[in-house]
Amino acid sequence: MVMGLKSGDQGAMAQLYDRYSSVVYSVALRVLGDTGAAEDVLQEVFLQLWRNPSAFDAARGSLGSWLAVITRNRAIDFLRKRRPETDLEDVVLSVSPDLAGEAERSRAAEKVRGVIGAMSPSQRSALEMAYWEGMSHSEIADKTGEPLGTIKTRIRAGLICLRKAFQP
Amino acid sequence: MNPHEQHADDLALYALEALRGEERAQIEAHLATCASCRLELEQLRGDGALLALSATGPRAPQRARQRLLDAVAREPRIAATSPAAGTGRIAPQMEARGPGWWGWLGWAATAAVLLFAASLWRENSALKQNLASTTAQAAEGAQQMEELRRIAAPILEPEAQKITLVAAKAPPQPQGKAFYLRSRGSLVFLASNMPPLPPQKAYELWLIPASGAPIAAGVFKPDAHGSGSVVNPPLPPGTQAKGFAITVENEAGSPTATTPILMIGTGE
Repeated sequence: MVMGLKSGDQGAMAQLYDRYSSVVYSVALRVLGDTGAAEDVLQEVFLQLWRNPSAFDAARGSLGSWLAVITRNRAIDFLRKRRPETDLEDVVLSVSPDLAGEAERSRAAEKVRGVIGAMSPSQRSALEMAYWEGMSHSEIADKTGEPLGTIKTRIRAGLICLRKAFQP
Repeated sequence: MNPHEQHADDLALYALEALRGEERAQIEAHLATCASCRLELEQLRGDGALLALSATGPRAPQRARQRLLDAVAREPRIAATSPAAGTGRIAPQMEARGPGWWGWLGWAATAAVLLFAASLWRENSALKQNLASTTAQAAEGAQQMEELRRIAAPILEPEAQKITLVAAKAPPQPQGKAFYLRSRGSLVFLASNMPPLPPQKAYELWLIPASGAPIAAGVFKPDAHGSGSVVNPPLPPGTQAKGFAITVENEAGSPTATTPILMIGTGE
């Protein structure tokens, strides 16, 4: 489908939208809490992919995960009214599970929610503040009264927990 | 492969774009030289992607799909402009490329060419029908004519705003001309004498509304002659334009202006 975008195939964009719009919209809405703003971010993410399909390289990761990360980043930029800090082409990621299909994503989402639910409240809170609210570690430290180093370690440990849950 | 432990926590924050200022600069400098940390960063971003996938909620409204496909259909493929000459930076002084091409005569000539093209298309559609073209061919011709009408309308309609943008600093001046038809949310923008850009950068056009933040109105890269254009970018219909502005952004564009305004023009 991304190859179709590169050749200007509008049908390919429709297919991509049908497959991934639920992920993109859910992430945007989770960050922004506003359906209008989430819809605007949805438009922007897909339009950016249309304008620059080479920003995603299939050899470097899965499109669904890449779109999820791009959407989260752009939504946070919108939320915090700040300039984008990373170019699309520079967002390279690797994900263990295959998330190409709706069923795989649904199972993965269920597992992720389980892992998050099992975290300590302070770890879950730090991770969610960083991820869904775009707070910096110093902002989280100020809000929670915890030391900077503790916040940093909790956030990293939370991400590693997620990774281990999906390792074979 | 083990990342450098002293960077491990900062890498995780960087992956979530939660690292700021000096710490961010330090980790970026380290990443430029450390393949193992770059690999770990990819893993951490993947971990973040798993977190993103935990989000659930309603599906996007049906109108969002059509809105996107309409925008895609209107979005010009910017294949006509060639990549910027590889000077690696924007020249501090704008280079003169000659006077007259985009003078007032140029605008009139452009409008005349579009009118002529529209009449050619109309004539072509009639000939096709006379030659017993298929229903699909007739529909395609009507769509093309309508598209040309939409393109020409901001230039030709009496109520369309015509705004000249000039550079804020010394001559010779890049020029921009925006033709905006508010009722249709239809915009044609033509630029000339634009300096070349570094790779992966583009000029971004902004509609400045009567109130609220500037609205992204398309990106373009100048060709070898410094000319560029934006044709009917997706815009909210009915938006009153106080003016237009140009900034330099990454070539994919930006939802918010991130650099100083290079050119600006307000309504006549």
